[in-house]
Amino acid sequence: MKPAAFEYLKPRDLPEAAAALGAEGSKLLGGGQSLGPMLNLRLARPSLLVDVSKLDSLRRIEETPDLWRIGGSVTHAQIEDRRGSLPGIEMMAEVAAGIAYRSVRNRGTIGGSLAHADPAADWPLALAVIDATVIASGKAGSRKIPADRFMIATFTTELKADEIIEAVEVPKLSASARTGYFKFCRKTGEFPEASAAIVLDGPRRVARLFIGALNGAPQSLPALAAAVAEKGMAAASKEAIVAALKAAAPELDAVGLRMHAGAVTRAISQAVGP
Amino acid sequence: MGKEQGIGARVPRKEDARFLHGRGNYVSDMHLDGQREVAFLRSPLAHARIKSIRWPEGAPIVSWAEMAGVSPIVAPSNLPTFKISEQHPLAFEKVRFVGETVAMAYAPTRAEAEDWLEKIEVEYEELPPLIDSHLARANKEVRVHEHWDDNVFLTLNLDNGFEEKSRNAPVVVRKQVQLNRQVMVPMEGKAALAQWDERVDQLILYASTQIPHMIRIGLADVLGLDHGQVRVISPDVGGGFGYKCQLFPEDVCCAWLALKHRRPFRYIEDRREHLVAGANCRQHHYDLTGYADEKGRLLALEAEVTIDGGAHSNWPFTIGLEPGQATGNLPGPYEFQGYRVKTVCVATNKPGFMPYRGVARTGVCFAMELLMDAIARKVGREPWEVRHDNLVPAEAMPYDNVAKKHYDSGDYRKALVMAREKLDFAKWRERQKTPEADGRKIGVGFASYCEQTAHGNSVFAAWGLPITPGYDQAFVRVTPDGGLEIRAGVHSHGQGMETTFAQLAHEVMGIDIAKMRVLLGDTGLTPFSTGTYASRSIVMSGGAVVAACKELVPRFVEIGAHLMQAAVVACRFEDGHVVGPQSKISVKDIADAWYKHPERLPPNVDRTGLEITMAYKPERDTGAFAYATHACVVAVDPELGHVEILDYVIVEDCGTIVNPMIVDGQTFGGAAQGIGTALYEESPYDANGQPLASTLADYLLPGPTELPNFRIFHMQTPSPYTHSGIKGMGEGGGIAPPAAICNAVNDALKEFGVEMAETPMTPRRILEALEQAQKNPGEKAA
Repeated sequence: MKPAAFEYLKPRDLPEAAAALGAEGSKLLGGGQSLGPMLNLRLARPSLLVDVSKLDSLRRIEETPDLWRIGGSVTHAQIEDRRGSLPGIEMMAEVAAGIAYRSVRNRGTIGGSLAHADPAADWPLALAVIDATVIASGKAGSRKIPADRFMIATFTTELKADEIIEAVEVPKLSASARTGYFKFCRKTGEFPEASAAIVLDGPRRVARLFIGALNGAPQSLPALAAAVAEKGMAAASKEAIVAALKAAAPELDAVGLRMHAGAVTRAISQAVGP
Repeated sequence: MGKEQGIGARVPRKEDARFLHGRGNYVSDMHLDGQREVAFLRSPLAHARIKSIRWPEGAPIVSWAEMAGVSPIVAPSNLPTFKISEQHPLAFEKVRFVGETVAMAYAPTRAEAEDWLEKIEVEYEELPPLIDSHLARANKEVRVHEHWDDNVFLTLNLDNGFEEKSRNAPVVVRKQVQLNRQVMVPMEGKAALAQWDERVDQLILYASTQIPHMIRIGLADVLGLDHGQVRVISPDVGGGFGYKCQLFPEDVCCAWLALKHRRPFRYIEDRREHLVAGANCRQHHYDLTGYADEKGRLLALEAEVTIDGGAHSNWPFTIGLEPGQATGNLPGPYEFQGYRVKTVCVATNKPGFMPYRGVARTGVCFAMELLMDAIARKVGREPWEVRHDNLVPAEAMPYDNVAKKHYDSGDYRKALVMAREKLDFAKWRERQKTPEADGRKIGVGFASYCEQTAHGNSVFAAWGLPITPGYDQAFVRVTPDGGLEIRAGVHSHGQGMETTFAQLAHEVMGIDIAKMRVLLGDTGLTPFSTGTYASRSIVMSGGAVVAACKELVPRFVEIGAHLMQAAVVACRFEDGHVVGPQSKISVKDIADAWYKHPERLPPNVDRTGLEITMAYKPERDTGAFAYATHACVVAVDPELGHVEILDYVIVEDCGTIVNPMIVDGQTFGGAAQGIGTALYEESPYDANGQPLASTLADYLLPGPTELPNFRIFHMQTPSPYTHSGIKGMGEGGGIAPPAAICNAVNDALKEFGVEMAETPMTPRRILEALEQAQKNPGEKAA
């Protein structure tokens, strides 16, 4: 379980990284927490690894009046360690703190996780529900992709071969916004069996509810979100949740429905429960 | 003073300093000049004929055809109906499971060796895979071993008074339970480094093994060498659990390469190889029928046990050990008189079975303890009460049970009652009356077992093994400065024997354990022992250490008396000194005389000196039975299927305790593995025999956050048959958790009519059972 031989490049800046990415067989390396094992198992066999994990321009967390801009190579631990000092997006720090184990969080990056697009990962769900925007930059310049449309399917995203996730922009929630995030993992640090997240931000007229840990990208439950925004827990009956789940994720079997219903109930309860 | 480091002392482990500072020395840490790393091409198919194996000419690649002079590994058993099979270190003609070694390549680095593997082309002709043991048992057309007439390794039958005792039983309860296949997952997997030493005309194998002396025998025989031409050294070993109780094909391959090329070859198993090719334990199915009276007193038991044995009989413990243990240990700690059992061990296209910590007892305990609870439900009594009334009472000890096991000592009922009290059972029953605010369901479960430990020749001979343990030997030698060297042929891989053997020696000699060196696991330096397994080492090799130390005492007195100019009869040995009428003299002074000033010795001194090898086996070799009751409380989430352990109590009795901290540590570790069996660990296969858990993302192990704060309590009933009344205890912790937790889960879910009876109890299995119960309300599971 040792990787096949590959070349390794540590680019000085984004243009150099993007140029190298264009080459046949090249692959971007972030924290390596998913790609590393795939290399060892020889499931991934790039001829060139372009390591952007240490690029300073991708490692910054910056605040603007309306949003936070989080660099693509910012680690989960960096976000976790901003607990209490990410006004408007505190939920991000809480989600970061729940990813895998600290040793994984120390290396794993937000951009790497998004680009890898594991259906059970935290960031695809959290960034979709909070309505973040992915900034992708490539040879043709940079473009914005809404996080809830970024992941297409398992291990498949909107990114083009030469594109790098430069940053994600996360809009600030109002002070009165309420959020909920629940994932059910068989054990601490494992990928979840079911996950759900909700953001209710009345002043900004936002009501979003997503489920994750499916066969593909996170799915939105907009009608349920709107109902919960209006009526609170009263809208979150078991029947209503199961109906919404069946519509959003028809592939779920009885057990999957039960687990996801449990996750949705708990996420909603965190946001609007007693 | 003198005994403060002896039996019962809470002394810190001597080996901790090197382990905790990362200074252990494992095969992975070793590097010899010119060493080559070996990688194995493993079968991608569960069952296929090999049509051809090709690779570029001159490549550093070897298949079985090149391994001239090597014999296949054969592990026969004398058990009735046993069928013999061969295992070739590299596959010959057929592959029989995914992960079986087919060819090997070597190179300066492991990565390069794996590159070479990609150059090998194997043409297979696929055969139908035999994956389900029940189907394989019935299939005579497709066979794992084609020279057999079916797929049954062996069938064991035992009947002792069944008809008479079961007749007219008013209560009859049938229960079917299943334990799924697992991996043992030691932190260190297989590891071997073989080197030819021209100077001593010897093959040296550094191997991560529990049984170095047996590996020497097996390896020499397979390679056609004299036994004296092989030395096996087991350096630090990162966990064994039974996995390292076999002669591995990879050991043989590295040794053969070293012989052929006269340079060192090393192989280190990686985690994926372990999860795929090492999935070799726990898979049992039980069909039990209990016959009881109206109060739930068991009168007779009938059982059919099916063991999914995998493809090969591993050497030296054989595929017969597991069915032998299941057959003999199923009746557990209970007093009943009628027993009929049929145990069938079936060959399938999976890795060959190995005895995992607890061996078959984790399975039989799961089966019996679920049956006990089922009987209790049927007669409408508390499970602990029914269990209590069925346990062998203390006054019946020693007790010969229905399977002819001889239980030496103990108060099984007291342990159960103590567990119930420590758990505060009444409090939980009260709490169950009110629904939990979070919607979870609370349940309480018990499991009791007794465990044969430190059993000897007669027991292993009855299991038909090709090598059986007899006397264990230990060597002790006083050093010139009055310290002590202790050498034994067992090996320590987490058991703390460098400490406990020193404690036993201290008890006799009074020498500070800091001045003792315990050397284990090297056939070149230690006397013979079959090794560390079956919870035996502290009794067997420990007994030999005690015997050897005791044998030196009269020599101390003889020399000491002479040095003090006193009569031998006027002197005695006490706390590391020979005490005479006027003065006393230390072991250090005696050693000084023996080694440096022989002119001071008595003229007729015992010329064997200050060292000796002694052997030991208990007065009766049928085993010292440790026992325990585990009691736990769980909260089951009916929405998510999640099980949380709220409290876990263990009351155990392993006779006289040598080091309470080590006993606690062993109990804790075993119980953690038992929780793995109960809730997390499983090696599933698809219908084609492809293993579905090949990384630790798929094979879940409990971590610190999943484990409860085990509350461990001890009783100490000495064994009448062993030195100091010590019983073995290394495996016990792993036996009861699946049963205790399953009984608690079923207690929690009884309002739904759900009865789980399969390991592991994953959220999916629990929710499927709840869904099923919802569809068929009122139809209770068996």
